[in-house]
Amino acid sequence: MACFIVPVAEAVITSIALKTMHTEETASTTDSQETSDGALTPHIPFKKKLGWLSNMLWGGSALLAFEHLWHGEIVPWFPFLTAASNLQDTMAMLQEMATTGVTMAGMVTGIWLVIVGITSVMEKRELNLRSAAK
Amino acid sequence: MTLLTTVFAAIISTIVWYLNTSRRELKLSVLCFTYWGASIMWFVDAVFEYIRLREAFFTPAPADVLNDLCLGLSAVALGLIIWLAVLLIHDPKGVIRNALFQKKD
Repeated sequence: MACFIVPVAEAVITSIALKTMHTEETASTTDSQETSDGALTPHIPFKKKLGWLSNMLWGGSALLAFEHLWHGEIVPWFPFLTAASNLQDTMAMLQEMATTGVTMAGMVTGIWLVIVGITSVMEKRELNLRSAAK
Repeated sequence: MTLLTTVFAAIISTIVWYLNTSRRELKLSVLCFTYWGASIMWFVDAVFEYIRLREAFFTPAPADVLNDLCLGLSAVALGLIIWLAVLLIHDPKGVIRNALFQKKD
């Protein structure tokens, strides 16, 4: 019905967060950071990591919105969602958003957190390897 | 079927991302994240549908399978169009810039 609206809302929040992030992270476009001794240490800026979540949410929501369009659940005229035309359907739509939509957003965020965790471990491992090599 | 089509698109795009040395220039991560995001969302949708339908979930009507396959392929095409639009807007190799603004000899 309109479950994709919840991930879209989260995507908007992540996009705003990306825009308002500190410029020190925006300046870093590489996967490494230079230390005081001039050596490169493996570091992925948080802004880049948040970009992964944003891309997953926007991309997934776009394809899901297309599915809703395919099934005639989104229409190009007001109120744009066919389920919003009467109270009974609106209640069903809100319930679907609260269950399926929230789970979708939570699942994408959960998987993103796992990816961030794995990359953090990889960063630390790479740092340890470089420290041991010195 | 839509979920299956998108998962395959996600796997193929991830393999292409892994093997391609120009992955950053080609913005292949956008394609991967789009398909993986959609796959996760459709997976959740499928789980909720399974809870609702139980055994009937695994025995869909042939017409529904065909419709879902067409939807999946259309979604994959839309993902490619989104990625292509992002690539052309960023124009990392300056191809469009050169084509539009290059002075003629």
